[in-house]
Formats: sequence, C-alpha cells, structure tokens
Amino acid sequence: MALDDTKKDHFKVIGSRPARPDGIDKVTGRAKFGADMVAPGMLFASVVRSPHAHAKIVKIDASRALALKGVKAVVTREDFATGLTGENLFVLENCMAGDKAVYDGHAVAAVAATSALIARDAAKLIDVEYEVLPHVTDVDRAMQADAPAVRPGSKDTTVPEGMNDNVVRYHESGHGDVEAGFAAADLVIEETFSTEATHQGYIEPHACLAQMGTDGRAEVWCCTQGHWNVQKLCAAALGIEQSKLRVTASEIGGGFGGKTAVFIEPVALALAKKSNRPVKLVMSRSEVFRATGPTSSTSMDIKIGMKKDGTITAGQGTFRLQGGAWPGAPMEFTAMCAFAPYDLENVKQVGYDVLCNRPKQAAYRAPGSPMAAFAVESVVEQLCNELGLDGLEVRLKNCSKTGTKASFGPRWDQIGLEECIRQAMAHPHYKAPLKEGQGRGVSCGFWFNHGGETAVSLALSEDGTAQLMVGTPDIGGSRASMCMMAAEELGIPYESVRTTIADTATLGYNEVSHGSRVTYASGLATIAAARDAVKKLKARAAARWGIDEDAVVWEDGCARPSGPNAGEYDPLPIAELCQSMGRTGGPIVGHFEATPEGAGVSFATHIVDAEVDRETGSTRVVRYTVVQDAGKAIHPTYVEGQFQGGAAQGIGWALNEEYIYGEDGRLQNSGFLDYRIPVASDLPMIDTVIVEVPNPGHPYGVRGVGETSICPPLAAIANAVSDAAGVRLTQLPMSPPRILAALEKQAGG
Amino acid sequence: MIPVTTTVNGDEYSFVCDPRETLLDALRDRLGLTGSKEGCGTGDCGACTVEIEGRPVCSCLVLAVEAEGKEIGTVEGIARGEELHPLQQKFIDHAALQCGICTPGILVATKALLAQNPDPTETEVRYWLAGNLCRCTGYDKIIRAVMETAAEMREAS
Repeated sequence: MALDDTKKDHFKVIGSRPARPDGIDKVTGRAKFGADMVAPGMLFASVVRSPHAHAKIVKIDASRALALKGVKAVVTREDFATGLTGENLFVLENCMAGDKAVYDGHAVAAVAATSALIARDAAKLIDVEYEVLPHVTDVDRAMQADAPAVRPGSKDTTVPEGMNDNVVRYHESGHGDVEAGFAAADLVIEETFSTEATHQGYIEPHACLAQMGTDGRAEVWCCTQGHWNVQKLCAAALGIEQSKLRVTASEIGGGFGGKTAVFIEPVALALAKKSNRPVKLVMSRSEVFRATGPTSSTSMDIKIGMKKDGTITAGQGTFRLQGGAWPGAPMEFTAMCAFAPYDLENVKQVGYDVLCNRPKQAAYRAPGSPMAAFAVESVVEQLCNELGLDGLEVRLKNCSKTGTKASFGPRWDQIGLEECIRQAMAHPHYKAPLKEGQGRGVSCGFWFNHGGETAVSLALSEDGTAQLMVGTPDIGGSRASMCMMAAEELGIPYESVRTTIADTATLGYNEVSHGSRVTYASGLATIAAARDAVKKLKARAAARWGIDEDAVVWEDGCARPSGPNAGEYDPLPIAELCQSMGRTGGPIVGHFEATPEGAGVSFATHIVDAEVDRETGSTRVVRYTVVQDAGKAIHPTYVEGQFQGGAAQGIGWALNEEYIYGEDGRLQNSGFLDYRIPVASDLPMIDTVIVEVPNPGHPYGVRGVGETSICPPLAAIANAVSDAAGVRLTQLPMSPPRILAALEKQAGG
Repeated sequence: MIPVTTTVNGDEYSFVCDPRETLLDALRDRLGLTGSKEGCGTGDCGACTVEIEGRPVCSCLVLAVEAEGKEIGTVEGIARGEELHPLQQKFIDHAALQCGICTPGILVATKALLAQNPDPTETEVRYWLAGNLCRCTGYDKIIRAVMETAAEMREAS
C-alpha cells in the first residue's frame, strides 16, 4: 500500500502530555507481567546450568530427579529439533547445550514439576558428568595464537588470513587517506581503551508460560520485546510450523535490547510437550546475569590528528569485541558509530568479532555505540586540552551536518547534531561555576535508529471510537504515543483510542521493539492506518451526500464539503458515520503493512559535572544535562524519560557496572549486590533539552529517541573525571580501585 | 506443609505452605496477589516490598510462615476502591514509571516514608528509595513525583 506521507506540523494532540493508558494498571498492581501468568494444571520448571566455562558434556543422568514425587518431565538437547543452521542453531545452542557447555551458566538440562520448590530440588538431582576444557574470557587473550578454541569452524570469509579461529568476522570502512591526514596534523594522540561487559539490568527476570498439545499446537505467553521473533525461533527449535505457535507478549518489565533474544521459551515448550501440561519458567536474577545477554566487552585503539585551530585531520579506530561463544558481537556498529559525529576527510575503522567462553551477547541500547564514543570522545577531549581549545567549539567546528559524508559512507539526510551542540553551549550548565574538586566533561553520541517490518490495524467502533492493534511490545509508554497519533489523525479525543499489543495470531509480522523503532515505525504505521480509515469515512460521507470523494475533507473528527462548490452540507461527525457503517458498506478498518526505511538518525550532546573523592576513589555525578534531537516529540514527558534513563544507565556503565570473571572462568558477581546499578541516592536530577530537527522520513518528523541517550555518558564522565582529578581513565568502569590506582600513579610522578 | 492465617490489605486469608516458601511466593502463588514482583530474590532490588505491621520489608526475604497473625500491606491495598492514593495519581501524571515493574515496590516504600516523614528532603527520599532499583527512569521523575505528593498531602492535611 502506498504510504500517504503528507507532512504535518500543526498539532492538537501531539506534543501534549496525557496520562498513559496503562497507568492505572501499573500503579495498582493489576498489570500482568511475564511471571504473572497462570494456567490450570500448570507445572513449574527449573534449569540445570554448567558450573564450568568450557566443558564437554560426557553424560546426563536424570534418573534420580525423575524418581522424585511431583517431577513430570526432564529435557536435554535430545528433545529439540536437529539440522538447524545460522541464527536458529546459535539460539538453540545457547538455550540448551549440546556436546559442550561453552560458558558458566550455560543450560544443560531442565525439569518440570508440580511446584517451584520440587523443580528446584529435582534440578539438583540431575547428574551431569563434565570433562573440563581450557577456556578464555578475555577478548585480547582470545585473539592470541595459542588461545583455546571456543567454537572451531565459526570463521566467515571476511576474516584476514592468519588470525586465530576465535576471530570470526571482520569489518573495515572509511574514506580518504588517514596517513596523509595524520601528517597534516599539529598533534596526533593514540590511545588504547577497554570496556567491561555490562548487563541491561532490567528489573524483571525473563519469564514465560508455555503449553503444547500432542497435535503440535502451542501457546507461549512471555515478556519479550518481540513475540514474532519468539514464534520464529521457538518454532525452529521445536521443529513445528510457525503458525501452530501463538505467542502473546505480556507487559514487559524492561528490556533495553536484552529481551529481543530468546533464552527460556523453547525450553518451556519442550517441557510442556513432554509433560503435556502448561509449564511456567521464570529465571532467577543470578540466571539472568549468568545466562542472558550482556554487552560485548571491548578493546580499542584510537588515533586522531588535530590542527592547532581544532580541525580534525584524520581519525582511525580498531575495535575488538567479544560477544560470547557465538558470532554476533556488534563490532560493525561500534566501528560505524565511532566517528559518526565528525565530518572527516580521512577516516578508517576496523572491527573484529571475537569468541570467548562467556554468555551470548545480546543487544543493549545502541549496541556497540557507547564504547566507541567512550574511546573517540576521550581522545578528542585530550586533544582539545593539550591544544587549549574548548571541547564544544571543536565539536561544532568538525561536526557532521546535513549533506556531509558520514564516516561509514552515506551522505547525511537532515540531522540535528549541530543544533544539539549549539544548545549545549547555550545551556546555563555549560558556563556554571564548578566547586572545588569538581570537573566538567562533554561528549557527543550517535545511533542509527531503525524502521523494520511493521503491521498495524485500526478498527472503528459504532460509537466513533477506535481500537488500534500494534505488534510492538510497549516497553516505556508507547501505547500512549500510538493513541496520540491515531487521535491526531482521526480528530477524536486521545481517550477515545484504545491501543492493544496484538498477539502473533492476530496481526501481520512485526519486527521486535528495538532500534528505537516503535514510535517511528509503529507510529508511522498508525498514522497511515488512520489516514486509510479517514479515506473510507470520507467515501461514506461522499456517497451520502452524492458528491465526489475528492470534494470531502476531514477536519476535527468530521467529514465536511471541501468548499462552496462541493455543495452545502452539515458536517458529518465520525460517530454518525460509524453508527451507520453496517448499512453503508460494512466495518471500517484502516491498516498498514510495510517496512518503513526512513528512520532518521539521532545525535546527542551531554554535559556532566563530577566530583572525585581522592581518598576513596569514588566518583559522584553532581549535575547532568542531556541535549538530544528527537525530530518531533510526540509525548515530551516520555521523551525526557528516555533521555534520563539512558543517561542513568550510561552513568552505571561508566562508574560501577562490570562482569567480573575469575581465573576459573566463572562469573563472580551475578547479583544486584555486587553488580551495582545506579540507585536513587547515586544520581542527581537529570536535565533534558529536546531538540526538534524533523526527520523527513516520518509524517510528523519523529526520530527514535530510546538509544542515543546511552552513547555520550561514558566519555562525558571520563572527561569530567579527568577535569576533576587530573587522571585519564582508559578502562571502564572507573570504579574506585581503578581511580585510586590512577591517582597513586599520578602522585608517584 | 504449615497452615498460616494472616491479614492482607485488611482481609483475612488462610493458606498452607512449605516452610521454605517466601512471603512473596505465598502472596503471588497462593493468594493470587501478583502485584508484588520478584526482581532478584535476594533483597537487593525492592520490587517485592510490602508492609508488615506498617514497616516496609522485602517480602522475598521473609518466610511465608512469619506472616502468621500479622498485618500485611501490598500494592493492591494502596488505592481505596476506585480512588487512587495521591502517590499513585502523581506517578501517572509525572510519568514516574516506564516499564512499571519497580512501581509496586516503590509505591509501598514511599507510602511508608510519607507516613513517618511527611516533609522529606530530596536527599531523604533518595536514600529511603536507595533499596528500590529502577532501571528505566534514572529516578528523576520518581523523586519529583514523591516530593510533589508530599507537598500536596501536607497542604491537604
């Protein structure tokens, strides 16, 4: 269907701040999240996980578990489909180990029983015999010639000859002549950086309820960012037809990319099939840390040349990412995002995807980009400091603009980076005096944003209200934005639209809620579906008046003649047209199915003040300002919320959060006590500035806003720490021991 | 299995449970009160916060049998019939939730704070809620919602 992409810039509903439709359910405890689903006769499941980072599974003996009263089924890899390839195989291998366990926490068997306690007891009675193999958990170590091989035969054809088998993919991009660029610089700085793996840290552990009949018809209820993806991957893992499996997304307690993947749903289905009972499987927090998606850890080399006037002459980066025991670390995103904020004549970036004995990485908010920004924006700041230049002036001088060539190839469409930097410079925060012991840092950040396969359906009711079905789970208030966009187009009150997240049996395929795509793509689809419905309403009015369809306009929820020549008729309100729709041609439903490709990219500039305690090495963020281009803010409060949430996660990544592996390859901090995410007393208020440079690819100008906000904080805080304490940290997190070590080195000369 | 009789949100309940079962599990699985959430099971995230005799506790750290004869308050008991508690309304108005999984625990904890300290400073609110993790909001809108509710409740009283 051709998209009616008429641009609109005067709004009645868009830009207002109504209460979200799921608000009351969520403040009263009524909202049903993943673990809140129940079914009659339901069993509870527990998963047996490898205590070894790398081990051959010699034998699994479930006889003691099966003898326990209340145990109904045990599954191992033998209970899943065979002959899978590509991502289907990787996902199944990650959900249930085959011959080998490849990370600490890797699932090797699962059991279903009549209570959660019996299931947990039974899991301990499943005897697994392992033959421990050498392991590797560090990305640089994994690339060495003598490193243990994690998954031999995984290398693709892009990898240069002579590299270790653990290097499985390679990326190179850029343009110009970087050597000539460095030769033209007055100052060149080269530095090596590393960042540890972090977890998305959603508060709701993965949870699902599955049932499957002997005829292969199956149902899954789960907390997921994309239930069609669950359907596809589970159908493959169980060897059933996709349409036999209906997946319903529950309310979701945070995802941040980590719930775009599948970890437990195929296991619950296999148990349900074997026991012929509904099975509920809920992860513990420790399982979430050990066996679901952290980010990649990285090792990076950055070299940048600058002239005395601040002109950047060349930039070069090498990015080594480990993504666990399967290919897929987002190193190409890291490489492509690294220099995206800069308009460079000479730029080159190289990326390596490296295997380690760690859990399979999953997307985390702008996957790959924050690490790149940490490295590049740290070096840019060092250059500015040494040349005595203002950080934001230099970024403004070199920034990517509409029409300039991106570091990874294409020419930028309309973008708002320059506006972000200007607004940051004009913000009172940037000029505010600092107290003793405090420092200020800035950074820019970039994310691509995404469109993706999208289907929506909008049905009008007899009373002129609307029921909208979308297929993108609502992670942070998107149903409110959808209601607003539908109300805007139909000319009815916001409260007269109900938005439902449809299940996989009810609507066409929808890609997962990722890539900051929901307000852009499902939003565009909602507008298109509403316009489709309006077209049908106008046709009904035209037929009633006996005039041409083109002579009818739609204003404020009413059909009206387009002008005096069209004839003189009283406006026909939507309720009146809908009341008679059964007699005038039948139900009125607007719909949209397509893959929108105009997701506008998004840039941000952050300013942060930090205070370093020289005695303890602890760092406190005392003031924070986010300036980001939203294109057009549909519901400004929720846009601010995305800006603030991303900044907070970035603060955690910068200062505290890290996966700590022992020499034995085991994760040492698989709980919120030792993996410390920011708590309320760690943070200041987070100021926001919404920049609106419209995205030409959306009828209202919307750009996705969910991800970019996590890109600048890492570098901005490193720059603030450097300003406050005179030490430059090149390793994340900047935890107290690392800061103390840096301060001691500084004192020692 | 051990029989337990307890009062939840003013209503009396009796159930039997395994001595190892937590109060959180009993509330969710035996009484069907799924408003309290399990985020960690180790008392680190506060999503399971309930009041026992007016004191906020992590119900994942309390055994179900300890509820015997006690008064328990959960998120389901905060609103009075159709009327939301001012905190609940303010959380909606301020968008002080994104995904909403931490919201029940934060509301229970905050209600207890305002009962004992109707005029908390921002710092007091931040430290009181330091045991309630939120990963979506950066806490900004939560803290504002609490401060504003406290101010309005003071004016109304």
